Amino acid sequence: MDSEDEVISVASSEEMMEDQDSDLSMGGDYSDVDLDVDDPDVGFETQDKDIKPKRRPYEVEFNIYGPADIQSHQDQQIDEVSAILGQPPEATAILLRHTRWNKERLIEIYMDKQDTLLEEAGLGKSLAKLPELKKVKGFVCEICCEDGPDLKTFSMKCGHRFCLDCYRQYLAQKIQEEGEAARIKCPGDGCNKIVDSKSLDLLVTEDLKDRYQVLLTRTYVDDKENLKWCPAPNCEYAVDCRVKQRDLNKTVPTVHCTCGHHFCFGCTLNDHQPAPCSLVKKWLKKCEDDSETANWISANTKECPKCHSTIEKNGGCNHMTCRKCKHEFCWMCMGVWSEHGTSWYNCNRFEEKSGSEARDAQAKSRQSLERYLHYYNRYANHEQSAKLDKDIYLKTEKKMTQLQSSSGMSWIEVQFLDAASQALQQCRQTLKWTYAFAYYLARNNLTEIFEDNQKDLELAVENLSEMFEKPTDQLSGLKVEMMDKTAYCTRRRIILLSDTAENLKNGGAHSLRLRPGSFD
Amino acid sequence: MFASKRLSKELQKLQGTLPPGISLISAENFEEWLMDIKVMDDNPLYRNEVYRLRFRFGSSYPIEAPEVTFVQDPSHPIPMHPHVYSNGIICLDLLDTSGWSPVQNVESVCVSLQSMLTGNSKNERPPGNDAFVRTNRQRPRDINFVFHDNKV
Repeated sequence: MDSEDEVISVASSEEMMEDQDSDLSMGGDYSDVDLDVDDPDVGFETQDKDIKPKRRPYEVEFNIYGPADIQSHQDQQIDEVSAILGQPPEATAILLRHTRWNKERLIEIYMDKQDTLLEEAGLGKSLAKLPELKKVKGFVCEICCEDGPDLKTFSMKCGHRFCLDCYRQYLAQKIQEEGEAARIKCPGDGCNKIVDSKSLDLLVTEDLKDRYQVLLTRTYVDDKENLKWCPAPNCEYAVDCRVKQRDLNKTVPTVHCTCGHHFCFGCTLNDHQPAPCSLVKKWLKKCEDDSETANWISANTKECPKCHSTIEKNGGCNHMTCRKCKHEFCWMCMGVWSEHGTSWYNCNRFEEKSGSEARDAQAKSRQSLERYLHYYNRYANHEQSAKLDKDIYLKTEKKMTQLQSSSGMSWIEVQFLDAASQALQQCRQTLKWTYAFAYYLARNNLTEIFEDNQKDLELAVENLSEMFEKPTDQLSGLKVEMMDKTAYCTRRRIILLSDTAENLKNGGAHSLRLRPGSFD
Repeated sequence: MFASKRLSKELQKLQGTLPPGISLISAENFEEWLMDIKVMDDNPLYRNEVYRLRFRFGSSYPIEAPEVTFVQDPSHPIPMHPHVYSNGIICLDLLDTSGWSPVQNVESVCVSLQSMLTGNSKNERPPGNDAFVRTNRQRPRDINFVFHDNKV
């Protein structure tokens, strides 16, 4: 049911979106024309709030599944394969997990060397009867040494029989303490038979069954490449997105979970559009390693003009002798000391050739550091502002209530504040990452367009931000202007993201170029 | 306690006949037992030595493996073996969750260890023994052993 060709979400967002839309609607969605963007996977509902008339170039196709959806998705596949292989569902489940839910491969191997597969998967050959509890005459449980005619016992088809209590204890230990579900083996020594779900249902108590199901579902999502858990705390939704790992240099697959969390499907970090995952990772690492040290070095040190050792001047006169290479130079103008004669105190030789050359060389090596700090400071600033905006968001509600009582506006009439606050946060998030991204960009015309877009968005955001902090009594008069500005911010953001996404995807000669070595 | 009936049965059996070279030293409670093992053939590494094992049982024994270590005292050295650290900790998959089966028991563990020694001809400690012995503060059950060597 999942065909590979129509799912690569970014590839499908061509310039001619009308075309693409009609393409998708042929793929099975016969309902209204305006709502057919999300290609519905059989059996799962698309998220209504995410339906937009058209998918923009920076948006990817995805579906959100709740625990019940994931469960039914599994069941569906199990039933399907079970019918093909002629194995009972609980055995099919074990086989599917064994091949990490690759149906085609499973069927192929099954046809090819059935016995080996069944053995490896922990099933064994014979098709057993339904699992049942038995009382066996003369039985002594090898685990607890209990015996007696009324002892209920259980064994899988491997024949290792133990009493119900011991089996139950054993499964509880595996499920609760060890967090194991998909590969619980028979308690018998050296026995590789996997405990199937049907046997488990017979053996354990209700609360353990729930836990078992949760663990199985977790394994299922972990096993499937196109599924990922939403990383938000306590969120139990999983996201289905068909963007491939190898396309992550060309696309930034931000997905929006039903719980409200926006994250990148590629790396599960918070939304970092427009910067691609690999750059984000690099950037974060660089910031972790560098930022403070680099700041300090830039502010407090110079380099020896000869050997480029970093030197901190912690007192004394301007006649420097490099401890490493013994080069003598003037701290003020960086020229060689021998040209200074005795006029050292007020270095007035600034235009001297040797000095200016040394300063040039130094400037060059410092330039890269300054360049980094330029982007880092702006990145950090937006990050900080976004944090402050979050505080503002909390205050927004209060403002909205105040506004309602002071100006006699209704609840619906003050929603513009909420909208503005959300737009601000979203734009700041994007702006933050534009700076990390720009750090890795080589200079060309498109980079300039990118920076223009960035500038426009930044200006719009700062304007709105300023307005947002006005006292409450002025806000009602600013409503129309604020709504305009909010819409403008959102529009600028869309333009920036769309442009960048198109460029990144095309990757040709007329596109954004990364500085050499940015993608390792 | 889940373990007591099983342990009392095991004890009964241990107090009867045991395989050659294995003997019960003390079992005063259901928490800690001492066993002695001897290597029965002429392996020069272990000739004329008796090794003492300490078994510690958790409340969920035998679902969970017991903690088994060699103990050292003036008459009982720690055997030389590439899977036995000089502080007596044993790296054996049988004693880890991945290799333990509730069907195993004190006697079978002793037999396994006995044969592990018998089959060994290397007069050496595990790689990184010194560092491990110096720094390890964990109990054996909390250590993540990697079982890579299937030869000994």
